[in-house]
Amino acid sequence: MAKETYALPNVITPGQPVIFNPAKCTGCDRCVEVCPIDVYVPNRDKGKPPLILHPDECWYCGTCVNECPVPGAVQFNFPLQQKGYWKRKATGEVFRA
Amino acid sequence: MALFHEVVGEQGRVPEWPYPIRYDEEQDIDADVLVIGGGMAGCWAAISAARKGLKVALVEKSATIRSGAVGPGVDHWCDAPNHPLSKVNPDEWALRLTNANGGYNCGIGRQIQCREDYDTLLELEQMGGKIRDTEDRWKGAEGRDEASKLMFSPRNNAFHESNVVFRIWGTTFKPALRSECQRLGVNIYDRVMVTGLLNENGVPGTRVVGATGVNDRTGEFMVFKARATVLCTGVPGSIWVFNTELAGISSHQSRALSGDGNAMAWRAGAGLTLMEKSGLLGIGTGYKHKWYGGAGDASYENVQLVDANGKKLPVGNQGWGVSPQPADRNARRGPWEAIRAGVLKVASALPYYGDFPDMPDMERDITWNMMLQEESVTKVIVDTFNQAGFDPAKDQLMNYQLIEGASPPQWRAIDIPGTRGSGVMIDWDLKSSVDGLYAAGSQLFATGDTSFAAATGRYAGRKAADYARLAPDVRISREQVSREKARVYAPVKRSDGIEWKELHAGIARTMQYFCSEYKTESLFNLALSSLQEIEEKWVPRLYALDPHKLMRSLEDLSILTYAQIILHASLARKASSRFLDFYRIDYPALDPPEWHKFITVRLVNNRVEVGEAPIGYWGNLREQYEAHNRDYTGVYQK
Repeated sequence: MAKETYALPNVITPGQPVIFNPAKCTGCDRCVEVCPIDVYVPNRDKGKPPLILHPDECWYCGTCVNECPVPGAVQFNFPLQQKGYWKRKATGEVFRA
Repeated sequence: MALFHEVVGEQGRVPEWPYPIRYDEEQDIDADVLVIGGGMAGCWAAISAARKGLKVALVEKSATIRSGAVGPGVDHWCDAPNHPLSKVNPDEWALRLTNANGGYNCGIGRQIQCREDYDTLLELEQMGGKIRDTEDRWKGAEGRDEASKLMFSPRNNAFHESNVVFRIWGTTFKPALRSECQRLGVNIYDRVMVTGLLNENGVPGTRVVGATGVNDRTGEFMVFKARATVLCTGVPGSIWVFNTELAGISSHQSRALSGDGNAMAWRAGAGLTLMEKSGLLGIGTGYKHKWYGGAGDASYENVQLVDANGKKLPVGNQGWGVSPQPADRNARRGPWEAIRAGVLKVASALPYYGDFPDMPDMERDITWNMMLQEESVTKVIVDTFNQAGFDPAKDQLMNYQLIEGASPPQWRAIDIPGTRGSGVMIDWDLKSSVDGLYAAGSQLFATGDTSFAAATGRYAGRKAADYARLAPDVRISREQVSREKARVYAPVKRSDGIEWKELHAGIARTMQYFCSEYKTESLFNLALSSLQEIEEKWVPRLYALDPHKLMRSLEDLSILTYAQIILHASLARKASSRFLDFYRIDYPALDPPEWHKFITVRLVNNRVEVGEAPIGYWGNLREQYEAHNRDYTGVYQK
């Protein structure tokens, strides 16, 4: 449970086009610099993952993840309603990405 | 701690704007050639002008390294018929492309593309772009030329013997282009949105002598003075439909596409054409997943579609050996209409799948591991599927045709494949009707693609450079700069009223109601008065809390202007046209011969002036191209 409860407006959704791994992200801000629409801004604390400030403007181009120099530091996260399905041909089982 | 509420929770307050605020500060830049938009066309225009030794400024709203339609990548270099392995004549190919869609196309741009885009591709390779299978990974693949290691695509299967479409590694292109710009000394201004063009003495319709801009992180004002200006921006992607709550701005088109270029050309007095044209939007926007929405269908190129029981569907998929897809867009609808009718009679079982396991190994490997790794935004989709356990040798990818339903007809867009193509009226120098202003790529009225943007950008850059070398000095009107400054900064002077998203949705609603499926003069007039009301009552209440939101607000003003231009052009075309997806209730006859022409619109003394030009106004494409390019030297030698 959060330490404090603040009066915040509803969270913008979809709100998390990527998931950062703070243990691996070096805060180099490469993703901030290559994002074509400034979904991110740099973190005030140097070395930490950027702030996802404009998730509602993301168009899911993936450039931030593709350009990240640290494997595993950031993972793409398509909105739930955009996650696709597939079928294993031999068994007929249906899966979702 | 990357989410807004997490930061607020940790820091106990709303984070400060991370960049310095520089509203009202001004930076003045002098250039010989100013290029607006740093996508495929813009980078090429800048490179081309810089090669001639001129001082070039390239202004990009995003970050040049990955901006524009090709920013994330591109997998095909289409319509490149001018090379030793080509099986068609480039001039005939250009004519064929130009005459498609009733001749409502930019023949000049098509001719330039067909003559020069292979040279452009070779130059991209010089810069570090990957265009050959140098590692012999796909040795022996169909379409691969074993000597040159170039790979042809089966796209446009009916014509695949032509060898005009290349498979390419387009994720390498934008970084290579940016490096070449830097090597040639092009001054790149990233994160600067150009807001308006400057005319000589500040009078619209006179020579363009530069532009104004605003930094979308700091709010700093920029004044660019230039002898020639090349417009290389995109076309708007959200005039009829706007949504951020389903899948962000759009899963198909970046928000950066807001028609700024067309809007500023209009305000500067340049003529535009085919602005009445639009098409049904079937993709993206979050309302639907396809194409490229994360669901992974990626247009199913090369892959045979099957039904839920594995039965092949009678639709072509542009691959080798599968049934050919008709070149004519309207003819492609036929098979799908038959399939739709068949579903109700249980002729096929839903949902459908892309049958990757059934593909020949090599072609499956190329499609999944090269094509979809290189194309636009699909790399991250393919990677996501791979990480989740999808195996193209074993698994079929779900297709959402029919199960997600048809798009409502009021969901329209400018930039629909097959119908896109509105823009700046140009001559054989790609010069607009206003002196000093050139246009390339999506600014031209053609069904353009990557190679079209590249070749026309490269061409416009060299023509603009030739002009700039001989053109007289320019003088900027400080009065025009002041007027633009007041317009640009108005939203940051307010803190309540209407925010950009609400304004945008309001404009889109007007267009849905009054300028979509049912077109008639009375509706057009309602649309114009509705947009005028927005302009007079709501725009003065527009507020922006930081430079980023200021950019989005200014983009909405571009969209508002663009919508108004669409209305003026729609009023002017008093006829229906199948080719323009333009059906008027009050003029129902389809494509009457007397209306088979380009309608042009431009602002003269604040009034809309309607003009026209015959289809094929450019004359004989081959002869005119050669007459205007006697000095063309082919592939650039470093």
